[in-house]
Amino acid sequence: MMTVFGIPAQALFGQLLLGLINGAFYAMLSLGLALIFGLLNIINFSHGALYMMGAFVAWLALNLLGLGYWSALVIAPLVVALFGMVIERTMLSRLYKLDHLYGLLLTFGLALVIEGVFRQFYGISGMPYAVPTELQGGWNLGFMYLPIYRGWVVAASLVLCLGSWLLIEKTKLGAYLRAATENATLVQAFGINVPLMITLTYGFGVALAAIAGVLAAPIYSVNPLMGSNLIIVVFAVVVIGGMGSILGAVVTGFLLGLVEGLTKVFYPEAASTVIFVVMAIILLIKPAGLFGKRS
Amino acid sequence: MTRLTPQSILVLCLIALAMIAPFGIYPIFLMKGLCFGLFAAAFNLLLGYVGLLSFGHAMFFGFSAYVTAHAAKEWGLTPELAILAGVATAALLGAASGWLAIRRSGIYFAMVTLAFAQMMYFVAVQAPFTHGEDGIQGVPRGHLFGLIDLSDTISMYYFVLAVFVGALLIIHRVVTSPFGQVLKAIRDNEPRAISLGYQVDRYKLLAFTLSAALAGLAGSVKALVFQLASLADVHWHASGEVVLMTLLGGVGTVFGPTVGAFLVSAIQNYFSEVGSWVTIIQGVIFVVCVLLFRSGMIGVLAPWLKRRGITG
Repeated sequence: MMTVFGIPAQALFGQLLLGLINGAFYAMLSLGLALIFGLLNIINFSHGALYMMGAFVAWLALNLLGLGYWSALVIAPLVVALFGMVIERTMLSRLYKLDHLYGLLLTFGLALVIEGVFRQFYGISGMPYAVPTELQGGWNLGFMYLPIYRGWVVAASLVLCLGSWLLIEKTKLGAYLRAATENATLVQAFGINVPLMITLTYGFGVALAAIAGVLAAPIYSVNPLMGSNLIIVVFAVVVIGGMGSILGAVVTGFLLGLVEGLTKVFYPEAASTVIFVVMAIILLIKPAGLFGKRS
Repeated sequence: MTRLTPQSILVLCLIALAMIAPFGIYPIFLMKGLCFGLFAAAFNLLLGYVGLLSFGHAMFFGFSAYVTAHAAKEWGLTPELAILAGVATAALLGAASGWLAIRRSGIYFAMVTLAFAQMMYFVAVQAPFTHGEDGIQGVPRGHLFGLIDLSDTISMYYFVLAVFVGALLIIHRVVTSPFGQVLKAIRDNEPRAISLGYQVDRYKLLAFTLSAALAGLAGSVKALVFQLASLADVHWHASGEVVLMTLLGGVGTVFGPTVGAFLVSAIQNYFSEVGSWVTIIQGVIFVVCVLLFRSGMIGVLAPWLKRRGITG
């Protein structure tokens, strides 16, 4: 059997793949957080809860309406984005003139409400969600076995992140967005509807979280607590990367997923804490984060 | 002796009320309220007076509970030594995590503290001495100074009350001291405090460590009251609850956090039978507080009392 550093290659690559998948979710969530933070200056604590909501919309669509995975990939982000935009209009928009910490507290409260409601109705035992038939099975790559669905998650995440980056860096809409992030008042003075842009940005950010939720549904079971455990790790990822750049958020996400996967192979006891340790080290040597501009 | 001001009369009345309270109200509930009141007051020292929002205070509360429970149960230490061990652990943990966390401010500070607390949660899940999901159960309350038997509920209550009053006096002394004035200056205008020559980071770290130690004191006493240290105390829900208590009672007020702690404890007791409703209600209170009620109960009450000339 082939080994790498005394570890069977199958196990090593298997864990690296798992790490890459976790990294895909970190990347999608921290990308949304960074987008929202850039324009709204708030940290969206309910991001994890909305990711969970995305997975639940997929599960409900299948079990109540008989709509499968592919329609869920479209419906879930739309439903969650709509929900998010209503929240932004009715609640968050009242807080922009206050200390940014209030936004964090409000979204924390919303996360508790959303999580509590789903827990009240569905308990905490996970609900299974089947892998769509088109993506079942796997390929033998010689050095490892790759389940098609897992490959699809990584690919889909990469495409989404790259697409978002192109949208923000290369289109006119993205240019408005970047300008508003720099100086919202000035952009408003040029006749661009900044409040609308803020609402749409929030919707887009949480839609990314919802898509991540749908992608996650067949891998992890659909569970009301799936978001809150993930979001704290994503916060650490965001601190490590710094929220200065979109690409930085994506790269950091994937990188830390891989670090986590490698830790699982070589020192499994530390797998759940390694990202926090990396965060501590980064705070020591580069407090602004790997891609952060401001300290 | 100095003349009694209206405030000190109010405080003395409250203490007298607290002395007779266990004969009318379930003492365990009162002790829970006092422990969480102290926890919230420790948290408020940081948020209310330095302007730092820590989302990870459960790590100090929970870990000192573990250490106290372990010291009392496995090492057979007397309660005061077990509590001391817990507080020392919390202070060390506070100094280490604070040293890293104060490198960032604002929202990042909140995320960093939350992340460290989550790390300590995973440590608590894996470390053998915490007994994982079971927690440390059946912690003996022991004899205070080898003399007073704390297994008697009323004795325990007066001990908790004494610790609570003592700790609140310390906090009051800190925030009214020159040190406290500098903390408020940092909260209100950090660049200006720096330009005046204050070593801002040192003040922040000292305040953070103090807040952690006091949160640890609350956790230690809680472990003795309930004779239990569990994962629930280190979970991020506990960190969120202490934020809620402070917000509900009134950020930056002396009594607000305690009022908030009693309210939240009452909600928990009242709704504990009905599943996830506690979480939902807490979330709704969060949202309502942030949107409509940012000065909290005391922040609304105090000006009202002042207008009626009850307090100076």
